[in-house]
Amino acid sequence: MTSGISKKIKEIRFSLLSPEEIRRMSQVKIITADTYDDDGYPIEKGLMDLHLGVIEPGLRCATCGGKVDECPGHFGHIELAMPVVHIEFIKEIKRFLDATCKVCGRIKLTDEEIKAYKPRMYELMHSKADVELLEINIKKITDEAASRTICPHCDAQQTKIILDKPTTFREEGIKVTPKEIRERLERIPDEDLLLFGMDEKVARPEWMVLTVLPVPPINVRPTITLATGERSEDDLTHKLVDIIRISQRLRESRDNGSPQLIIEDLWDLLQFHVTTYYDNQTAGIPPARHRSGRALKTLVQRLKGKEGRFRSNLSGKRVNFSSRTVISPEPFLSVNDVGVPEVVARELTVPVSVTSFNIDKVRELVKRGPSPRDESGRYIPGVNYIVRPDSRRIKITDENAEINSERIDVGWTIERQLMEGDIVLFNRQPSLHRMSMMGHTVRILSDRTFRFNLAVCTPYNADFDGDEMNLHVLQNEEARAEARIIMKVEEQMLSPRFGGPIIGGIHDHITAMFLLTHRNPRFTEEDTINMISYVDVDHLPDPEIIDGKKYYRGRDIFSLILPEGFNARFSSKLCAGSEGKCPYEDRVEDKEVYIRSGKLLTGTIDEAAISPFSGVIIEKIFKKYGPSVASTFVDRMTRLAIGVLNVIGFTTGIHDYDIPEDAVSSIRSVSKEAVAKINKLIENYQAGLLEPLPGRSVDETLEIEILGVTGEVRDQSGKIASAHLGLNNPSVIMARSGARAKMLNISEVAGMVGQQSVRGGRINRGYTGRTLSHFEKGDIGAEARGFVQSSYKNGLNPLEYFLHSIGGREGLVDTAVRTSRSGYMQRRLINAFENLKIDEKRRVVDTSGSIIQFSYGEDGIDPAKSDKGRAVDVDYTIFDEVGESS
Amino acid sequence: MARFNVLNHELVPEHQILSKKDEQKVLKELGIRKDLLPKISKNDPAIRALEELNGPIAEGTVIRIIRKSPTAGVSVYYRMVSGSEVIK
Ligand SMILES: [Mg+2]
Ligand SMILES: [Zn+2]
Ligand SMILES: [Zn+2]
Repeated sequence: MTSGISKKIKEIRFSLLSPEEIRRMSQVKIITADTYDDDGYPIEKGLMDLHLGVIEPGLRCATCGGKVDECPGHFGHIELAMPVVHIEFIKEIKRFLDATCKVCGRIKLTDEEIKAYKPRMYELMHSKADVELLEINIKKITDEAASRTICPHCDAQQTKIILDKPTTFREEGIKVTPKEIRERLERIPDEDLLLFGMDEKVARPEWMVLTVLPVPPINVRPTITLATGERSEDDLTHKLVDIIRISQRLRESRDNGSPQLIIEDLWDLLQFHVTTYYDNQTAGIPPARHRSGRALKTLVQRLKGKEGRFRSNLSGKRVNFSSRTVISPEPFLSVNDVGVPEVVARELTVPVSVTSFNIDKVRELVKRGPSPRDESGRYIPGVNYIVRPDSRRIKITDENAEINSERIDVGWTIERQLMEGDIVLFNRQPSLHRMSMMGHTVRILSDRTFRFNLAVCTPYNADFDGDEMNLHVLQNEEARAEARIIMKVEEQMLSPRFGGPIIGGIHDHITAMFLLTHRNPRFTEEDTINMISYVDVDHLPDPEIIDGKKYYRGRDIFSLILPEGFNARFSSKLCAGSEGKCPYEDRVEDKEVYIRSGKLLTGTIDEAAISPFSGVIIEKIFKKYGPSVASTFVDRMTRLAIGVLNVIGFTTGIHDYDIPEDAVSSIRSVSKEAVAKINKLIENYQAGLLEPLPGRSVDETLEIEILGVTGEVRDQSGKIASAHLGLNNPSVIMARSGARAKMLNISEVAGMVGQQSVRGGRINRGYTGRTLSHFEKGDIGAEARGFVQSSYKNGLNPLEYFLHSIGGREGLVDTAVRTSRSGYMQRRLINAFENLKIDEKRRVVDTSGSIIQFSYGEDGIDPAKSDKGRAVDVDYTIFDEVGESS
Repeated sequence: MARFNVLNHELVPEHQILSKKDEQKVLKELGIRKDLLPKISKNDPAIRALEELNGPIAEGTVIRIIRKSPTAGVSVYYRMVSGSEVIK
C-alpha cells in the first residue's frame, strides 16, 4: 500500500457492454422488486441481495465474504421482458438505421467507396488523432450513406426513419419497436462497423438496445437509515424497483396473451423507466418524481454539472485544515499578516515530526495539553493529537497530556495548534486571479473574525459588509516553502495583469496622505509625535523653529517612511479630475512630486503615488528594493495615514454640498436654458428643419443633439458647483485626491443630476409612445425622457425619481449579466490553459511538449516583473542613477 | 489565378517555406521533434497561396511565419504543414 504506483495506465478505451458480458459480471439475477423483509433482512434475489455487497456493519458479503470496508461491491442484473433503447445512444442508433440497408443490413455505400474510406478510418481510429476529426469523418461518411434511397448491395428501396423524440422511431408513420430496431442492427456485418467509428472487437450496434440491465452494487446506492429508524432507499434503487415491476407485468401480459394495446403501453412505460433511470432530465419526457414532488437524481444527474461528480468531487474537493469566517479590518496588522481568532487557532493544526533534535521541545508542547495559556493568560499553542508510527491517533486531553508526553518518541508525529508566525493560505472567492489566494503569516487575535490590513482589500476584492474568507493551514514543508517564497502577499504586490501595483493605500490612506503633504502643512511637535507614534520610526524630522517652538512639515513627516536613497518624479492626481484648466495647474510645488534620496521635496501624495493600480511610489520601491521593503512601506504608510487622520480629524457630511443661493440659481438658469434649447431642437425637428448629421437619420440626429445639450449642462452645473467648493471641502478633497468619488458625483449632489439613460440613449421605453402615463403620447421633451433637473441634495420629484430608477436599474442588470457571462468564459479559458506551462526557454508548451508559443507573450517578458508591460523603464533608471539629466 | 492573393493582405503575416537545411537548423535550435511544432492545415489559405506561387507543398514542410507583435515588435513563429483531415 505504501509503495507508490504499481501500475501505469497507458490508454483508456471505451466500449459497449454486451448482454453476455453484463450477465457474466453479474453475481445475481435480480427477479424481485422487494428490498428488505419484515425483519430488515435483505431479500434474496432482490435489489439489496447480499451478493451485491454489504453496507451494514456486522454482515458479510455473500460473494467475496468481505466485511463493510473490505467488499468493493458487486454487480447484479435484470433480464428485461422486452428490449428498450438506451437513451444515451439514441443518436448513434439513428445514424446506424439511416446509413444501413433495412433489408440486407449493409452500409449504403458502393464497394469502391467502402474500399476508399476504410484505410483512412482505420488510421484515424488507431492513431492518437483528434477525436473531433474522427467525428467529422464519420458524419461525412454516414451522411452520404444515409442519402441513398436504393441499397447499392441488394437494390432494396429504402424508407426514411424519423426519430420522434426522445425514444420513438417511426418509419412512414408506423412505429418501429426496439425489438425490430435490434434485429436490424444485428444484421449489420462486422466489416461495415469501422465506417461508423465502431471497433467490432469491442462493440456491436445492437448492444445499444438493452435486453439486460446491469444492477449497480449497493455501495453505489446505499440505504439511508434515518435517526427515527426509518429506512430510505437511494433514488437509483427506487428507479430499479420501477423497472423490475414493469418488466414483470410486461412479461406476464405478453405470456398470457393480453391485447397488443396493453402490451404496447407497458412496453412504453418500461422504456420510460429505463430512460429516466439513465437520465431524468431527458428532453420531451416528464422527470420521474418522488411522492414529495422532488425529481429523482439518476445516473446522468450524478455526474453532470456543477454539483456532479466531476466538478464537485473530482476537480474540486472539500479539504481539511481549513476554516471560514467573516472578515474585518485591522490597520495595525502588516499586509503580510492575517489575524486568526483563538477559537480557530485551537482547532487548526500543523503536523510536527518528532526527531532526536526536537523531542524535548515536543514533549514540553504535548505536556501543555489542548488549551494552554501563558502566565499572563495569553494564547500559546497546544497539541490536539499525537500520531503513532503505525498512524494510530491519540486525542490529547488535559488529563492524558502528561502521560502521553512521555510516551512520545522519535518517529511519532504531533498535531500542533496554530501559532504566531505560521504561514497559511488566505482566499476570497471568486478566485479570479492569482492574488485571490495569498500566503499570510498568522497573528492570533481574540474574537471571531479574520482580520487583515486594508491594503489587501484590492487583490481579494473584499469589503467588510459581511464578506467571508477561507484560510488553509499548510501541512508539509514544501508547501510552506512555496507559500513563503512565491505566494506571500509581499511577493504578489505587482499584478501580472498590468505590471503595476495591486496592493496599496485606499480611501482614508489617500485622504490622509493628501492632508499630510498638500501645501506642505506645519504641525506642532506634539501632533507630529502623535502621528509618528503609529509607525515604527524612532526619530523626528528636522524641525522648523518659530518663536522658539518646534514645528514639522508634512512632507518631512512623510519622508520618514520612504526607504533611504529612494528617488521618484511624477505628477500628482490633483489636476486629473478637473475640467479644462485646473486652478492648481501652475502650482508646481503642489502638483509635481519630486523625491530625491528618500526626501519628498515637492508635490502632493495622493492616488497617483500610493494607490493600487497607479501608485508610482509603491511600484518603484518594489522594483528597486524588492518585496520586503515595499511591504514595509505599505505597512508604515497605512499606519501613518491612520495616525494623521486621528490627529487632524476628517469628517464629511451633507453640508459639504452647501452652495450659495446665487450658485443654485445660476444652475437653475443653466438647466432652464438647456430645456429651452431642447424644445427648440424638437420644434425644428417637427417642422422638418433639422439637418441630419452625415450617416444619420433625422431621428438619430435629434437624439444626438439633445444628448450633447444635456451633457453640456451637466458639465456647466458641475463647474458652477465646484467653483464654490474648494480644497477645504472634505468631499472635494476625497474626489481630488482620488480617495473616493469623482467631481461629477459632487456636482450631482450639489448641482443637478442630469440626463438618465438606458443603453446609451435617453429613456424611451414604458407605455406606447411615452415613458409614463403622466406625459402626453409623443412627448419627446426633456422631462418626459429622463432629464433630471434636481440635485440629490434637494431631492428628485416623483417623475424624476422614477426615471432615475430606470437608469439605475440598467447598471444592476449589467453587472448581474456580466458576472455570469465572464464567469463562464473564465471557466472555459482556465480549462483550456490549465495544462500549459512555460519551459526553461520561456516557451509555452503543453504536457506532451508541443509548442504553443515560441516565446511567452512573443517577447518572453513576465508582465508581473515588467514595467507596465515593457521590459525596463529607461527614463526612470536614468533619472534614478544620474539625476536631473533626462 | 485571378483570385486575390491572401499573402498580400495587410493583416496576413509573412509566410516562408523553410528549406530542408533551414528546417534542420531551426529544429536543432529549438531542440524539439518536428511533430511538436504547431500545425498549419494543408488547406489553409496561406498554404494554398504559397502553393500557387511555389508548386505543391508536402506534408511535414515547416513554415516560418513572421508576425508584427504589439509586445515584441516582430515575432517569429514556426508551423508544420499537416495533412488534409477530412475524407474528400
Ligand atoms: Mg461585500
Ligand atoms: Zn463482496
Ligand atoms: Zn441492401
